[in-house]
Amino acid sequence: MTGNVMSGDGTGGMERHTYDVVVIGAGGAGLRAAIAAHDAGARTALVCKSLLGKAHTVMAEGGIAAAMGNRWPEDNWEVHFRDTMRGGKMLNNWRMAQLHAQEAPERVMELEDWGALFDRTDDGLISQRDFGGHKYARLAHVGDRTGLEMIRTLQQRAVELGIDVFMECTITDLFKDGDKISGAFGYWRESGRFITFEAPSVILATGGIGKSFKVTSNSWEYTGDGHALAMRAGASLINMEFVQFHPTGMVWPPSVKGLLVTESVRGDGGILKNSEGERFMFRYIPEFFKSETADTIEEADRWYEDKKNNRRPPELLPRDEVARAINSEIKAGRGTPHGGIYLDIASRRTPEFIRKRLPSMYHQFKELADVDITAEPMEIGPTCHYVMGGVEVDADTQESAITGLYAVGECSGGMHGSNRLGGNSLGDLLVFGKRAGEAATAYGSSLGADRPKIDEADVKAAAESALAPFEVEGGENPYTIQSDLQQSMNDLVGIIRTASELEESLSEIEAFKTRAKAMKVEGHRQYNPGWHLAIDLRNMLIVSECIAKAALAREESRGGHTRDDFPGPDAVWGTKNLVVNLNAAGTGVDLHEKPLPVMPDELKTYFEEK
Amino acid sequence: MGYDLKMRIWRGDQSGGDLEDHTVEVSEGEVVLDALHRVQATQAGDLAIRWNCKAGKCGSCSAEINGKPRLLCMTRLSDFDTSETITVTPMRTFPVIRDLVTDVSFNYEKAKELPSFAPPPRDADNKRRMQQIDVERGQEFRKCIECFLCQNTCHVVRDHEENKPAFAGPRFFLRYAELDMHPLDTHDRRELAQGAAGLGMCNITKCCTEVCPEGIRITDNAIIPMKERVVDRKYDPLLTIGNLIGLRNKDTEGRREV
Ligand SMILES: Cc1cc2nc3c(=O)[nH]c(=O)nc-3n(C[C@H](O)[C@H](O)[C@H](O)COP(=O)(O)OP(=O)(O)OC[C@H]3O[C@@H](n4cnc5c(N)ncnc54)[C@H](O)[C@@H]3O)c2cc1C
Ligand code: SF4
Ligand code: SF4
Ligand code: FES
Repeated sequence: MTGNVMSGDGTGGMERHTYDVVVIGAGGAGLRAAIAAHDAGARTALVCKSLLGKAHTVMAEGGIAAAMGNRWPEDNWEVHFRDTMRGGKMLNNWRMAQLHAQEAPERVMELEDWGALFDRTDDGLISQRDFGGHKYARLAHVGDRTGLEMIRTLQQRAVELGIDVFMECTITDLFKDGDKISGAFGYWRESGRFITFEAPSVILATGGIGKSFKVTSNSWEYTGDGHALAMRAGASLINMEFVQFHPTGMVWPPSVKGLLVTESVRGDGGILKNSEGERFMFRYIPEFFKSETADTIEEADRWYEDKKNNRRPPELLPRDEVARAINSEIKAGRGTPHGGIYLDIASRRTPEFIRKRLPSMYHQFKELADVDITAEPMEIGPTCHYVMGGVEVDADTQESAITGLYAVGECSGGMHGSNRLGGNSLGDLLVFGKRAGEAATAYGSSLGADRPKIDEADVKAAAESALAPFEVEGGENPYTIQSDLQQSMNDLVGIIRTASELEESLSEIEAFKTRAKAMKVEGHRQYNPGWHLAIDLRNMLIVSECIAKAALAREESRGGHTRDDFPGPDAVWGTKNLVVNLNAAGTGVDLHEKPLPVMPDELKTYFEEK
Repeated sequence: MGYDLKMRIWRGDQSGGDLEDHTVEVSEGEVVLDALHRVQATQAGDLAIRWNCKAGKCGSCSAEINGKPRLLCMTRLSDFDTSETITVTPMRTFPVIRDLVTDVSFNYEKAKELPSFAPPPRDADNKRRMQQIDVERGQEFRKCIECFLCQNTCHVVRDHEENKPAFAGPRFFLRYAELDMHPLDTHDRRELAQGAAGLGMCNITKCCTEVCPEGIRITDNAIIPMKERVVDRKYDPLLTIGNLIGLRNKDTEGRREV
């Protein structure tokens, strides 16, 4: 990929670069940030673990939430803001939710300027589809492969602008000069050779943490690298107890368990049924959403055509509600043969409609499960999908507590509160990607020639730390530790949690940490996945500890965090975030509470009961 | 219903390599990538494989299975007899980095040579208008997941290293066609496609179409129409068809050649 050559078992060789802004991650967030930095005049580098265009964003299916009002002129940023805050059970950073709702429409239009081909309305405008928790049809989409359209458009734009891309290059450490960021350190996956970036601004856009769970829609890349890098640099994470379990993942065959089934299936008319054939969601409408949810099948079905006079079907409640309901049905013994429940669109829409609107779902089930979704229902169950928690940042600039360190996209926290609405991630990437790129450039330029420097001793330490797994004699294989961690997180820190299990998980994580110290890898440095995993595993462990610790502390149920021993929301907990930091010894996690930012009065009026 | 699968996996690097035999337990519903992952986790921790989504969406896991270019994550073991040995080798057209991972930078270089989309200003209300039927042709091409299996298969470069500099390959003919059929684009890339990108070297064998995991009809829907547009800019029979099926009639007028 890179034209780098080095003998596989050599140890020497260090490549050095100087940039104004280094963006770590080339999903939607990283690409948008790099484009913004470049446009603002920064010499910009874009670094990613995979090939360009393969980041998680490529897998997004449903769409980008943006109140463009193309289908419903009544829609505007205020409604979107309100939906986002309510979906997050009011724990969102209000300012981020506001900026997102205000700026998403223009960010989507920009994609169209750069060549994206969205599906159209009859008037020729960008089409918008229904999704859970959104009052109006609001998601700009391309069939069910919106993420592919988005990443390809941004990738083509970045290539056109000539931004330097370092692909299959993994960042393992950040450097600081005093309390300011001075650069980043990593290795080329291809050659194992090390690389150092000197830059005053580093933007983390590394995505999520889902690979710490066994059943997940996330890929090998989701090891929480950005979360861990930020912590090690001294920044804090918020909302880590909130992990989104998407209600509809595939459950069979075992090899694809967890693979996502897009919410668009429900947005486009699909319904959930248990083994008794009952459309059970009507039994699970929470008080909080009663006034806006249909309570009869007839009303729910009328809603697809007439949204003014009917309320939304309960299948389109926010994801946390639906995932919990499915979980309860399965536990009550009303599950399907493979331990899921039924998602049925076959009996509700024509085969032509289904193939047109949901082509990748059709393909995915046909190829991987021998199921024709135009003729039979799908079997689905909850899957770990998204982390609401992430680096604590300033809402307007995305800067963390460390000067020069920014975080954007899934690895940042605050925007989605305790639960993210579908479609709000892709919008988040664009809106805050642009903001971070601009802020990072402005800060870098303000420094003039007085840029923070990299200490050579730190470079040496980073290299030694990366190579440590080769030095171990007779230790354990990283794959085994990873798979034990995934099982443990799934069992003990999953969709329904209790104090005793969370405590157990924390002690298991301690044990994994000890095992990981004696981890050993085979072979040499050239494209060696065992070595790569050994390095990523350290990040997975620290992030898992954050999640378990915060989940144990929050004694209530809210959004993506459900405690069996504290089943309801708690008004006092509703006023605070949990913040985690690396402890002083660098071996574990410290946790403290912090009051939510206070929403201005004029925004509060959106939430008063009418 | 698990069984023991016999696999032969190519292992090596630029300096050479060989097929290595592995026997691995597999179960119902699994794909070739699952079997390889199990080999990696239990027998060969440093086996190099590229993959991301495991759902046929990212185009990372391209390789050759029993000599056929395919995605590892979308090839089900049930397509083979349980007694059959499955042989997995890296894509042949690109230089090997290690094991099943190849250097696909050729494709990223070709992408850089392609002049990008050039739209006119937005409408007065700051929006753009296109009809669904006009975007659908381009949408078919934009389903491309950049697995580069078509690039790997095309005989113009598969065994002819010398053709690589002058030939962008089917994936990029698709991109030329997409832009050419984009209802709003203002550039004319036909000369460029024919000349610098080497469209003329393609002799429409359709091998690229056969391996495309997205089922994109690369040859029929992109390459042949592109060739026709290039050959006859004054009388283009496709434009008539295009009009009938609702494609925008894009002639030279109003477009700037790049
Ligand atoms: C199957 C699926 C469907 C989804 N559908 C939708 C949807 O319809 N709508 C919606 O809004 N959201 C959806 N989401 C969520 C959304 O896609 C993701 O949250 C979003 O794409 C994350 O984007 P990102 O830019 O933050 O990170 P990513 O796109 O994941 O990119 C992360 C990047 O960071 C790089 N990276 C990570 N660690 C390192 C390191 N150490 N060094 C260098 N590089 C590194 C990776 O290589 C990658 O390039 C979906 C998610 C999934 C999994
Ligand atoms: S049709 Fe053209 S591009 Fe496709 S494989 Fe044949 S020669 Fe190559
Ligand atoms: S056109 Fe098809 S075969 Fe070629 S790169 Fe795209 S998806 Fe792969
Ligand atoms: S892993 Fe993404 S296409 Fe196979």
